[in-house]
Amino acid sequence: MFELIGVPPQALFGQLLLGLINGAFYALLSLGLAVIFGLMNVINFTHGAQYMTGAFCAWMLLNYLGIPYWGALILAPIIVGATGILIERLFISRLYHLDHLYGLLLTFGLALIIEGLFRRQYGISGLPYANPIPGGTNLGFMFLPWYRGWVVIFSLSVCLATWFVIEKTQLGAYLRAATERPDLVQAFGINVPRMITLTYGFGVGLAALAGVLAAPIYSVNPVMGANLIIVVFAVVVIGGMGSILGSIITGFGLGVVEGLTKVFYPEASNTVIFIIMAVVLMLRPQGLFGTPK
Amino acid sequence: MQRTQNWDLRVFAALLAIGVVAPLLVYPVFLMKVLCFALFASAFNLLIGYVGLLSFGHAMFFGFAAYVTGHLAKVGTVSLPYWLPVLGWNWMVIGIAPLTPELAILGGVLVATLLGLIVGSIAIRRQGIYFAMVTLALAQMVYFLCVQAKFTGGEDGIQAIPRRAMLGLIDVSHDLAFYYVVLVIFAAGFLIIYRTIHSPFGQVLKAIRENETRAVSLGYAVSRFKLIAFVISAALAGLAGATKAMVFQLASLTDVTWQMSGEVVLMTLVGGMGTVFGPTVGAAIIIYMQNYLAGFGEWVLVIQGAIFVVAVLIFRRGVVGELIAFVRRRTSKTVAAPDTIELAKPAR
Repeated sequence: MFELIGVPPQALFGQLLLGLINGAFYALLSLGLAVIFGLMNVINFTHGAQYMTGAFCAWMLLNYLGIPYWGALILAPIIVGATGILIERLFISRLYHLDHLYGLLLTFGLALIIEGLFRRQYGISGLPYANPIPGGTNLGFMFLPWYRGWVVIFSLSVCLATWFVIEKTQLGAYLRAATERPDLVQAFGINVPRMITLTYGFGVGLAALAGVLAAPIYSVNPVMGANLIIVVFAVVVIGGMGSILGSIITGFGLGVVEGLTKVFYPEASNTVIFIIMAVVLMLRPQGLFGTPK
Repeated sequence: MQRTQNWDLRVFAALLAIGVVAPLLVYPVFLMKVLCFALFASAFNLLIGYVGLLSFGHAMFFGFAAYVTGHLAKVGTVSLPYWLPVLGWNWMVIGIAPLTPELAILGGVLVATLLGLIVGSIAIRRQGIYFAMVTLALAQMVYFLCVQAKFTGGEDGIQAIPRRAMLGLIDVSHDLAFYYVVLVIFAAGFLIIYRTIHSPFGQVLKAIRENETRAVSLGYAVSRFKLIAFVISAALAGLAGATKAMVFQLASLTDVTWQMSGEVVLMTLVGGMGTVFGPTVGAAIIIYMQNYLAGFGEWVLVIQGAIFVVAVLIFRRGVVGELIAFVRRRTSKTVAAPDTIELAKPAR
């Protein structure tokens, strides 16, 4: 077997693939955060909890109702997105007239509630979720499990579809206009509050979708979202929330960097994204794709 | 201004008097815990309440200082990295005997101050929500460093930290004796914060909170003011953590987690952001609640979350803020501006 820079290619490409998968989750989550932030100026701290809820929703659909993975892939984002809409209407919408930091504190509190309830009900040891497409193929230089390949391709398609809708369609044009000047857009007869509500639901749905995708890879666990969301915050700071495509590229890119760190310097794999964040803040505070205010 | 200051100091003197006699009625360890968290929350409040910066990572100063203090008091070595040609990076281990509590705490505070300087100079490059996210991310980084570093003892933490005689003279092994040390530390930290807020420096901080652009145009080096405030806050959070390590004779990962950062936000929010006594009151309420609810397991998390939600939605002034507003309504006919921070202007 040949070696690449002193590392067996199986390990290298295996970690690279895992990095791409983590990157897919970073991209889906930071995309949702960016869309929500753009319109509402709220950083959705509940995002991690909603990702976790998505995974649990898939698990419950399977174990309580017998609905398989493919059904959950469609149903779970809709269900969790609907709870998101409820949360926006009941709580977050009351804070728009205040400083944005209150939105952060509120969603942090909601995240604690959701996580606490799931921990109470299911413990923190994690529940298994069967792989819907077992097996894989040997590519010669590495073994590719089908499911992991599916996650990368599917989440990339979802990201690009979201980019297309926001940047290239009429609906997206309204959305972008409302991000700039909600008052003016409302004056043109577009129901901005409803648009905000639906956007929040959509962003939450993306998080839940990432949760469903993650369920067969990582077990379903009440604490799976809390640690992830902090990394996603760092991803968002690195990318800057100004650009949709930027969020996608930053998400996947940082996932790969993290994967490579696991191969070449495993001690730093937990911290590498935070270190990159610190460096980016020193050199380009607005983020790689952000615009200075 | 002068009148409220006199009033504040009178309340402070009364609280201190209560603090002196309190151990006759209440378990001293509980009181020491409250004092440590009250100082921690007051340090956090210096940033959110008077500069408008929400740090979501203050546990890194609290917890890391606790580790440093615990290490100095128990092992008493300092390791410095150095680089030599051929040999590369190495650690130079300087053995100093295990330290007495006051020196160990001082060491913890110094390290927290240095950490505050580093983190602060990175974090103040962004404002508002980004500042919160950056501090949270950097705190998570410190958390992972603590998990991996050898001196922190990993999952075990540093246990059985010895509490030697203060200055080599005063025996503080008894909890009641150490309680009065903690009370003095709290009072000193509290007065530092009080002086900071009521100094010309503090006035500039408030100006930055109200309108940063205007403060810049008035010629203030806003970044430097923010950084100094951040470092003071980090140092005092470190003082609180270092003291807590000596109280419980334990430094563990719990104190560096993001949950701890969230708890100090909650204490300050419940007590009243931007009020002098709010964080102390909030810390007492939350610690009491945690003790009371200790048997309920995961419900504590749910209840804390619920308090967050309720406080943000309908109780933004906090206990002390509401009290001040109530007194103002009673004493003046004119509608006084509430002495609470509506952090900034409405969205756009």
